[in-house]
Amino acid sequence: MDFQLPEYNLQLMLPEIVLFVWALVVLSFDLATKRKSGSAVGYLAMAGVLITGIVLAFTGHGQGFGQMFVADSMAVFFKMIFLCAAFMAIGSSFGITKDKIVNHRGEFLGLMLFSTVGMMFLASSNELLSLYVGLELTTIPLFALAAFFKDDKLSVEAGIKYLVVGAFSSALLLYGISFLYGLSGSTDLLLMRLNLAASALMDYPKVAMVFVLATITILAGLGFKLALPPFHQWAPDVYQGAPTPVTAFLSVASKAAGLVAFAKIMVIGLFAYYDPFVAPIDWGMLVGIMAGSAMIVGNVLAVRQTNMKRMLAYSSIAHAGYIMVGMLAMNELGLASVGFYMFAYMFANMGIFAVVALIEERTGSAEIPDYGGFSKSSPFLAVSMTIMLLSLTGIPPLAGFFGKFYVFAAAIRQAGSDPVHQWMYWLVGVGLLTSVVALYYYANVIRTMYFGAQTDVPRIEFTAPALTVILIGVIGTVVFGLMPNVVVEFASQIPISDMIILP
Amino acid sequence: MAEHASVGIMFWILAIVVVVSGFLVVSLRNIFHCALFLMLCLTAVAGIFITLDAEFLAVAQVLIYVGAVSVLMIFAIMLTRDLADKQIPQTNKHAMLAFLGCTAFVLGIILVLSGTDMWRWAKTPLPVENVMTIGKLLMTKYVLPFEVISILLVAAMIGAIVLARKEKA
Repeated sequence: MDFQLPEYNLQLMLPEIVLFVWALVVLSFDLATKRKSGSAVGYLAMAGVLITGIVLAFTGHGQGFGQMFVADSMAVFFKMIFLCAAFMAIGSSFGITKDKIVNHRGEFLGLMLFSTVGMMFLASSNELLSLYVGLELTTIPLFALAAFFKDDKLSVEAGIKYLVVGAFSSALLLYGISFLYGLSGSTDLLLMRLNLAASALMDYPKVAMVFVLATITILAGLGFKLALPPFHQWAPDVYQGAPTPVTAFLSVASKAAGLVAFAKIMVIGLFAYYDPFVAPIDWGMLVGIMAGSAMIVGNVLAVRQTNMKRMLAYSSIAHAGYIMVGMLAMNELGLASVGFYMFAYMFANMGIFAVVALIEERTGSAEIPDYGGFSKSSPFLAVSMTIMLLSLTGIPPLAGFFGKFYVFAAAIRQAGSDPVHQWMYWLVGVGLLTSVVALYYYANVIRTMYFGAQTDVPRIEFTAPALTVILIGVIGTVVFGLMPNVVVEFASQIPISDMIILP
Repeated sequence: MAEHASVGIMFWILAIVVVVSGFLVVSLRNIFHCALFLMLCLTAVAGIFITLDAEFLAVAQVLIYVGAVSVLMIFAIMLTRDLADKQIPQTNKHAMLAFLGCTAFVLGIILVLSGTDMWRWAKTPLPVENVMTIGKLLMTKYVLPFEVISILLVAAMIGAIVLARKEKA
């Protein structure tokens, strides 16, 4: 029996290995100190994420494990987003690890790091099997994290809902993937794409039918993961019930992971949807409808929410819609705009959730009316929150504005380049209109903080890590708003043209 | 094996068992009975794998799903007080809607799959040492996902223990 061992190139995987080992260290440190480590274990986890980031910055590009593991610009960019989000989520969890989950600090942080490792594997996967395993490693720790407050009914409900929805969506995704494998005989994304094109040339109608079925099931599976309508109903309940740092992590990092999975399967693995010759189904229109309804549903329903976490859940549905607009514009600007939007969204959202977590620890409430008079007792937090909310709204010159700007610019360029894409003008129109709605509910929070009825809001004390997170959020929002080209240039190295045009 | 006429009959018998027991799993009111029918359903799926010449999958199916997972479920049910003989309705007011939706989905799948024969490896003969080939691939080409699964299992185990553990007051 002969073994053909692939070339491992283990050094490319160094960031993942470091983070995985660090997660184990965090777990054992908490045990070794007999769970009395206090906030030390939190600092340890943050240090681990930082070190992984540094290692990642010095790890080169290339392929390992045959072609199973790819470290390219896109992978590195999204890995940076995952690590930043993990860093900020851990930083804003010091409050709950201090009093609420004293017995399981190590597990809480360890699971978060495991989930990040999964996202990093997902970003580097080059074929469907490791992509799926990475996606599962991302979500399974999150099920446990969402239900981490075991005595809190809402948290347990969040955990169960997320588990059921996550399992169901994974099953749908896997079902679709199995059809694609059946047609193409390969799990490798590029090979799959070539084989699909070849068999479509042989017998177009027969292939097209299965292709439609596979696309619909995959889109449904990924739609659940990204909380795109009509698969979004789980998001508000889960976001409200889960511990706030976990909600923050869910809304940013796991969304980015879903985007990576989408980009890999739909953009790299399948035909460019608009190619009239080989594409058996125009899935662009389907995704366009999902994105449009995400922007409408998310923004309109967010208006009615009185709970901050629920409101942010609906607004994150809307943001996923904006991001998908950029994803659909498959030109040079498309993926770069997605990357930048995700980057800007991460800073603002993680920062806001850090403030929400601080207030929730102090007052036990995440209801927006309870924020009244908050600006008097904690002016710094109120100003930071205002800046980040304005960025999410898309007010210039903050980063969120340029996120929307690039996304819409990419879509308009695509719509203008080809009459087939006229419908993208509609998508941009919906996006612009719903942004106005977004202004209403974000401004409502700001209005409550500054002019709301005075409740006796106590002064919010904050710890050094929480302050760091909020500062990162504000500085990131402002700096990348003033010079967005730094990120866009980095993100535009993502070799979109290699991916779209057949190799 | 796949050419033999009796295989077709076997498939239909197994398929009916899978569908009927699967339906009972989601409709019976006693959770213990549901778990038993789940075992039957999974065993019949293992039988279908055998008719497809996928012995390895069949054995893994019996070992993991019938042996480990279902037995654990039955343990959990029996060790939870007052659960084994409780009557719990499994449906809510959306049951009919869900049933119709699923039926439409299944009919769509049948329609699509019966109209195609474009499966790439379907006409290629199977390798003789099926299990050995799977083992070889898992250790060479697919060693990365294989290893990542072990991280996944560690994470799942930690999560499960944290959630199931009884907290000290």
